[in-house]
Amino acid sequence: MENSLDNVVQQASDALAKADSLADVEKIRVEYLGKKGVFTCQMKTLASLPAEEKPKAGAVIHQAKQAFEASLNNRKSTLESEQLNQRLREETIDVTLPGRGDSIGSVHPVTRTMRRIETIFSRIGFDVATGPEVEDDFHNFEALNIPAHHPARAMHDTFYFDEHTLLRTHTSPVQIRVMENQEPPIKVIAPGRVYRCDSDITHTPMFHQVEGFVVDKNVNFADLKGVLSEFLKAFFEKDVNVRFRPSYFPFTEPSAEVDIECVMCNGDGCRVCSHTGWLEVLGCGMIHPEVFRHINIDSDEYSGFAFGMGVERLTMLRYKINDLRLFFENDLKFLRQFN
Amino acid sequence: MLVNEAWLKEFINYSLPTNELTEKLTMAGLEVDSISPAAADFSGVVIGEVISVEAHPNADKLRLCKVTVGETDPLDIVCGAANVRTGLKIPVATVGAVLPGDFKIKASKLRGEPSNGMLCSEQELGLAESADGLMELMSDAPIGVDIRDYLKLDDTIIEVDLTPNRADCLSVEGIAREIACFADEPFKSICDPSIEETSQTKQSVSVEAPEDCPRYLGRVIEGLNATAATPVWMQEKLRRCGQRSLGPLVDVTNYVLLELGQPLHAFDLNKIDGELVVRHANNKEKLTLLNDQDVQLGDDILVIADQKQALAMAGIMGGASSSVGDATTDIFLECAFFSQLAIAGKSRRYGLHTDASHRFERGVDPQLPYRALNRATELLVSIAGGKAGPLTDVSSDASIPKQNAITLRLSQVQRLLGINLEADVVESYLVKLGMNIDKISAQKWQVTAPSYRFDMAIEADLIEEIARLYGYDKLPESSLNVPAKLELVEECVQPLDRIKDVLVDLGYREAITYSFTDEKILAELTPNEDDYRLKNPISSELSVMRTTLWAGLLKAVESNLKHNEETVKFFETGLKFTLENGALKQNQMLSIVATGSALPEQWGEQSRKMDFYDIKHAVEAILELNGVLNNFTFKPAKHSALHPGQAAELVNEKDEHVGYIGLLHPVLEKSLDINQAVYMVELKQAMLQLKAIPNFEQITKYPSARRDIALVMDKNLHVNEIIDYINSQKGLINNVVVFDVYEGKGVETGRKSVALGLILQDKSKTLVESEVELYITTILENINNKFNAQLRE
Repeated sequence: MENSLDNVVQQASDALAKADSLADVEKIRVEYLGKKGVFTCQMKTLASLPAEEKPKAGAVIHQAKQAFEASLNNRKSTLESEQLNQRLREETIDVTLPGRGDSIGSVHPVTRTMRRIETIFSRIGFDVATGPEVEDDFHNFEALNIPAHHPARAMHDTFYFDEHTLLRTHTSPVQIRVMENQEPPIKVIAPGRVYRCDSDITHTPMFHQVEGFVVDKNVNFADLKGVLSEFLKAFFEKDVNVRFRPSYFPFTEPSAEVDIECVMCNGDGCRVCSHTGWLEVLGCGMIHPEVFRHINIDSDEYSGFAFGMGVERLTMLRYKINDLRLFFENDLKFLRQFN
Repeated sequence: MLVNEAWLKEFINYSLPTNELTEKLTMAGLEVDSISPAAADFSGVVIGEVISVEAHPNADKLRLCKVTVGETDPLDIVCGAANVRTGLKIPVATVGAVLPGDFKIKASKLRGEPSNGMLCSEQELGLAESADGLMELMSDAPIGVDIRDYLKLDDTIIEVDLTPNRADCLSVEGIAREIACFADEPFKSICDPSIEETSQTKQSVSVEAPEDCPRYLGRVIEGLNATAATPVWMQEKLRRCGQRSLGPLVDVTNYVLLELGQPLHAFDLNKIDGELVVRHANNKEKLTLLNDQDVQLGDDILVIADQKQALAMAGIMGGASSSVGDATTDIFLECAFFSQLAIAGKSRRYGLHTDASHRFERGVDPQLPYRALNRATELLVSIAGGKAGPLTDVSSDASIPKQNAITLRLSQVQRLLGINLEADVVESYLVKLGMNIDKISAQKWQVTAPSYRFDMAIEADLIEEIARLYGYDKLPESSLNVPAKLELVEECVQPLDRIKDVLVDLGYREAITYSFTDEKILAELTPNEDDYRLKNPISSELSVMRTTLWAGLLKAVESNLKHNEETVKFFETGLKFTLENGALKQNQMLSIVATGSALPEQWGEQSRKMDFYDIKHAVEAILELNGVLNNFTFKPAKHSALHPGQAAELVNEKDEHVGYIGLLHPVLEKSLDINQAVYMVELKQAMLQLKAIPNFEQITKYPSARRDIALVMDKNLHVNEIIDYINSQKGLINNVVVFDVYEGKGVETGRKSVALGLILQDKSKTLVESEVELYITTILENINNKFNAQLRE
């Protein structure tokens, strides 16, 4: 019987070796292990054996069955692995082909810069305020200590609708509107469109400013210098040299203009900085008592500072754009560069 | 303002090198715009005198000159200038000289005659753009001296950009005075020369508007030679300040204006009829100005008039009829103080901007006229001769601006600047600035500014001066002291940036277009809106405020298509300006335009033109972002800019109008020269920013069931009506999706087949088949009855 079982195992082994599909393997499995399979029949023969022979004969059959199962599983896993490999080969693609779907757009570079400015200032608690673009004379000029016929009005080439209605020439009127409605302490930036009646290679009749101001007890010029120096370093992500120069704005006193070391030439002097090594980027100062008077804030109790910056200018410096007019031509060749 | 160092050094003998001086000026608030040499590079040019002039044997226009340049033998020089004559002193470029433009002078022969040098014009020396003949030097010019030394040409011109408050620096003296504040050298002013009255002729003047003209000084000077040569030193100084020499009468008034900052005006005495009157113009009074411009004067314009007519616009420009010329022998020299308010804004109204108006509208020292008139008289008499008459002085003390004493508190200096300055340091700055100080207490002063610092009005002005002298750069910096208070953040408002990012993620690019546009395009896009029009537009294409953002966006689409872009997808946010019952409304809008392919060109996807539903998806994405998609409805609508069959308005759950979406009307597509389908959206931004705050619902553990049905219905039936109906049914409906819409073969003409997936859910138990069947059957029956839509066979 041992011999005949050896033969069975040998035959099964040969059959498995010839099986080249999992279905063939399964057929062989049924042939040997199924209800009418070879091993099942062998087990049935045990019943007719004398009791003392049964254990030995059973063990022999069991051993042979185990040997068969081992080679069955072996063959099966070989075939499975071959099948998987084939599938993987068939499913191989050209990973270098471009992906599919829609492309991504972009925000305008002006928005990009405004977002950065807002992010930087919001970290130290500045709120964002906005105001109307068609403004009245009071908010754009009078309340900012620019009475009619003030020479500073000549510097603001103003678009008018009628004697008292105009397109705001700066974002400073938002200062007035916020202070009209809010008690100090106030920390606000006001980004937005502004308009000047001027159009040439370095001027567009519309552009963007960000105004910022702080009103509280004991706000001083040192705070102003600190905030703006920190801002410029944060904006340019560089420990850029900053200088404050005396200047004049009717709504601040003392007033200053802020220069940074030219980011194009690192202060060596180039066309962009008119060979001075410095670039003017901000105007600022301590809020003029006359401005406070217009909105009934006691300038002996409160003080404040204000600043204003040109968004296009900062954008041009940051991204090395050399032509202001590109901003409003909305040429996709320009906009696509700001993804 | 142009100044040169040589002139400045007449007032203050500073030793700072130019670059340090300009740095200090800039850091003192007098921003230096440019620095340039007073003359181009040249060498080897000396002063010579023409000894003889003879005709050239071979050329009519050339002359043979003998010229002495000092110790050497006279030079033979051939010269073609018309004004060459014996005794004339001229600049001589000797052999070996190098003129501007690297032009080397060599010994040569001109038409056979030897020429050992060249007699020079101003143009040849780079001192003028053009010249009529040789540069004529004064008869006392020292022969043999290098012209660069004689004319002090090794000088630097500094251009200072002055802020409007620093009108006191609109003169060489003013800038020198400022330099004295930071260079430790004494400043010496031009003293007030005393004038010998050699004539008794006096012009009578009356001032009818003393508030506008608080001080009117003048003097008659008779017997002038208006064609006398202005000395070269004066011409040179004028030139370096950008002024051309125009004869001694004009040159002297210009010179004193530059030197001291006081505008003066010379009238031809013989063209004045009777007493001069300073008055307001009679309404519509006419005047021909010096520049030949005819103006009609408003009654707020101050004029100088005689008994017959207006002669000058006070403080702005003189008139042609009384102007001085070569034939003038007698003048009345005006030197007045006009108030800032009388002049400000007036010259602009007439398109004028003069040196005089520039100064008067910013302010002039009211005490300056006396000194300036004497200075001008002295110069004029010395150059053009003449006899000076007595001073005419009509001053109205009450109207002359006074310098008020300003209280300065040391505590305020500290409070505003954040520095602790010693009282004596503050005092020393005030003294340098020429302030009059009256010490009230250890830390408090009454400060009176000098008459030329009329910009000093309040304490903060003085504090700025202290900061300036201390040095802005030396002032401390501190970090802002921020109270750490957490503010309310409204969750129900979607930040605009987030909405923009959704559009960016969908492939749209943000555009920024002008807020003013062409009225023609607005007339086409929004014919029913009234124009809100600029009074002074840059151009007619930018003259009316936009009533829709589409105006600019469509232009941007058009220009990009012209640049061979195939697909353009833009959005913009900003104000639109509309008139409602005559009142202006400024509403923040979000607009989208898109044209071209639905997807970028790519492999493996069928290319397809975008359509209404592609842009509608962008709007739905925003609503979905806010969690409010189901609260909004798109309703068929009409808009003059949109295709009537492809236009909808978006309304919210309260049926409030949010905006429009649709296809650009084919007629406009053509007239705007776009010539391809453009889909557009314009929505009220505020209504798009309202965000739902989630309200949690228990998640069911029971499975949902799905039934797909295809319904055949009238082609014009809005699918939305059926979906709304299904959604409105109580019970098991959880969601409805449209997965196909079909017209054509197999579907009757005039009908369409719409495939819907109904997702059913019972939150309390697992649905059984019979229940679903019953529910669907009922819905189908109702739909059939209500919409005449049947299950497709």
